[in-house]
Amino acid sequence: MNFALPSFSLLSQSILSGIFVGALYGLMGLGLSLSWGLLRLINLAHFAFAFLAAYLCYQMATMGMDPLLTLAVIVPLFFALGAGLHWVMVRFAVTPFNSLLLTFGLTGIAESVIQSIWTADFRKLESTYAEQKFRIGGLFVPVPELITLVLAVALCFAVWAVLRYTDLGRAMRAAAQDAPVAAAFGVNQKALGLVLAGTCAALASVAGVCLALSFTLAPSQMYAWIGVVFAAVMLGGLGSALGPLVAGTLIGVSEAITMAVTAPSWAPIVSFTLLIVILIFRPGKTGR
Amino acid sequence: MKTQKLIDQSGHADMDQSVHADQSVHPEKSVHAELVEALPKASTSSARTDFVARTDFVARTDFVARTDFVGRTVLLDRIRDIGRRAAIGAIALAATGFAIAQQPAGQPIRIGSTLALTGPLSATAQIHKLVGEIYIEQLNKRGGLLGRPVEWVVKDDQSKADLARTLYEQLVTADKVDLLMGPYATGAILSAMGVAQRYNKVLVHHTLGIPSLAKYDMQFPAWSIGSDPATTVPNTLFDALAASPKPPKTVAVVTSKFPSIQFMSAGAREVIKKRGLTEVLFLEWDFGNRDFGPIANRVKDAKPDFVWVGAIGLEGNLLLDAMKKIDYSPPQHFYLYPSPGPLLASPDAKNALSATIFEAQPPFTSNLGAAEFVKIYSERAAKAGFTDTSVETQAAASYTAWQILEAGVVATKSLDDKAIGTWLKTNKVDTLQGKLRFDGTGNFGDDLMRIKQIQGGKWVVVWPKEVTAGGAKLIAP
Repeated sequence: MNFALPSFSLLSQSILSGIFVGALYGLMGLGLSLSWGLLRLINLAHFAFAFLAAYLCYQMATMGMDPLLTLAVIVPLFFALGAGLHWVMVRFAVTPFNSLLLTFGLTGIAESVIQSIWTADFRKLESTYAEQKFRIGGLFVPVPELITLVLAVALCFAVWAVLRYTDLGRAMRAAAQDAPVAAAFGVNQKALGLVLAGTCAALASVAGVCLALSFTLAPSQMYAWIGVVFAAVMLGGLGSALGPLVAGTLIGVSEAITMAVTAPSWAPIVSFTLLIVILIFRPGKTGR
Repeated sequence: MKTQKLIDQSGHADMDQSVHADQSVHPEKSVHAELVEALPKASTSSARTDFVARTDFVARTDFVARTDFVGRTVLLDRIRDIGRRAAIGAIALAATGFAIAQQPAGQPIRIGSTLALTGPLSATAQIHKLVGEIYIEQLNKRGGLLGRPVEWVVKDDQSKADLARTLYEQLVTADKVDLLMGPYATGAILSAMGVAQRYNKVLVHHTLGIPSLAKYDMQFPAWSIGSDPATTVPNTLFDALAASPKPPKTVAVVTSKFPSIQFMSAGAREVIKKRGLTEVLFLEWDFGNRDFGPIANRVKDAKPDFVWVGAIGLEGNLLLDAMKKIDYSPPQHFYLYPSPGPLLASPDAKNALSATIFEAQPPFTSNLGAAEFVKIYSERAAKAGFTDTSVETQAAASYTAWQILEAGVVATKSLDDKAIGTWLKTNKVDTLQGKLRFDGTGNFGDDLMRIKQIQGGKWVVVWPKEVTAGGAKLIAP
């Protein structure tokens, strides 16, 4: 490992890259956090949804559709898919631990399906956005990453506002906190669960579209995101809307600085070291 | 022409059967047999079969035409006519050099292997699958091995080296294959090598990237990278750069930690040091790295004259994409094992360098079987929907592996692994890559890696001079 003092332009560009990738961690973690915190289901299929959406976006864009317009098709589709999966889980009374196993299996199936349709080859979405970038001072700002940042921030704040200020959000939080009491107050948990699971899957699909905009796709790459996104969710707090975004950005920037100062191969260590450190020093503050 | 059409349409198996059927019902059968026997002894068996097919057609036509007025005169005429036709046939054969092989017969010889038909390595393994299919087809058309048809038993190792080990065990013990062929990628090859060693089987393999790990005496590499590629390949590259109009003084080495890549990049660093060049940056990333942005930032910040990219597959493209986002393009750049098609297609890869053992251009196409293979492969790869339909390192190494195995069996006239292994160790084999020897360290021979560059939307070999086509030279912008 060789340490080098980075130049200002290198450091600032790296931090910007870290913010962009951190926003994507946050966006991917948002649905996972809600599902885990409010539905008590650890949904590994969240990553499969994101990649499936990314490939659908790629496919539709290849057919001439604007990648952002594909959201109009993809979001409702994944809402229905997420709600359907939740219905099955409720129907068979899947426990949180079993949900982890079940959704892991589903992820493997989704990978095989993606591979059989789009093969194991890398796929790169070529869109008008891919070429676009602009400069702010000495910094280069790529448009696809900026779109991801804007969508991540907007969606995280929107979900936070819904959970905090609407009756629907209050009902969801109440049901997660004490289901029998919430039911006694007339909260329809089944319907709320379906809406929430659908929303989580829809959020995964938005993250998938952002993934397709900025990254090269390969079926097996879905596993490369699991560790770091889980770390963002754990650090951000289960059921939190803004937590994953903040934690994701923190991880993204830390990774980027690590890559700028030391070596890229050290970057993955950062997210897990952060997670371990926070679990040690704030054991009661994570995982809620 | 008509005869040729018949041969093409009917296929060799049918043709052979029709010959025998005809012999049983037509009085020409003895004449026919005589004609076959009359073939010069020096003729190849393939030429003999072709002759059987052609003369059979001729004889049948002749018989139908003349049975209406059978008599002594006609019979004598016919015999004379057949003799004349036989002579014409023989001359035509000699003139055209056209030969179709003797139909292989008997119990098939089974050659077993695995390939990464699914999983992360499947994109490249598909090339090896297609090449294997083409080779087996060609081999059976040539008469198979030892006069027997050849069957390829290929299993999917799912890009997992541990599964490859189990499957090779299965191939030897349960499937009881006669011979083994190597799988794709270094990890799986090493697994297969362990099994081959346990059962004393010959293992010819396509693309083992780390020769120092090849400890087994009866393994034979088809990828002619020499026994010390970590020194010889970077030396070839820096020789090419030194002879270019703008030799670099500063170098950035960025590399994947993929095993067969990392040691090559380490070798490149040594070569850079020995040549007195300045290494301004050294970075490593894990295979499967998602984000190349920070690496691109580091390279840009280091301002090197030349970038050695120890990349495998699409990593080179991903790095170029990230560089483009920060408005940077490296002055001169080399990619170790890129996916050649996608790199060629990238507008940012202009003048990119890479290494190769074979390109579909002269003088490589003059090597044994090259011209025909290049043509067939391009057609079949296009049909299979491959993005790159030209023959380069992967396809060439794969084809070479089959050539080596065939040469061993043909030379020893046996399927005895020990005999084949001994013969290969002491003889050179003429292949698509040229003549290969297996008497060096780890059975590796000469390093035949050449330097190629993207020029005018094509890969062009630019070094060493003796293998360049049309005076191609390295472009140093």
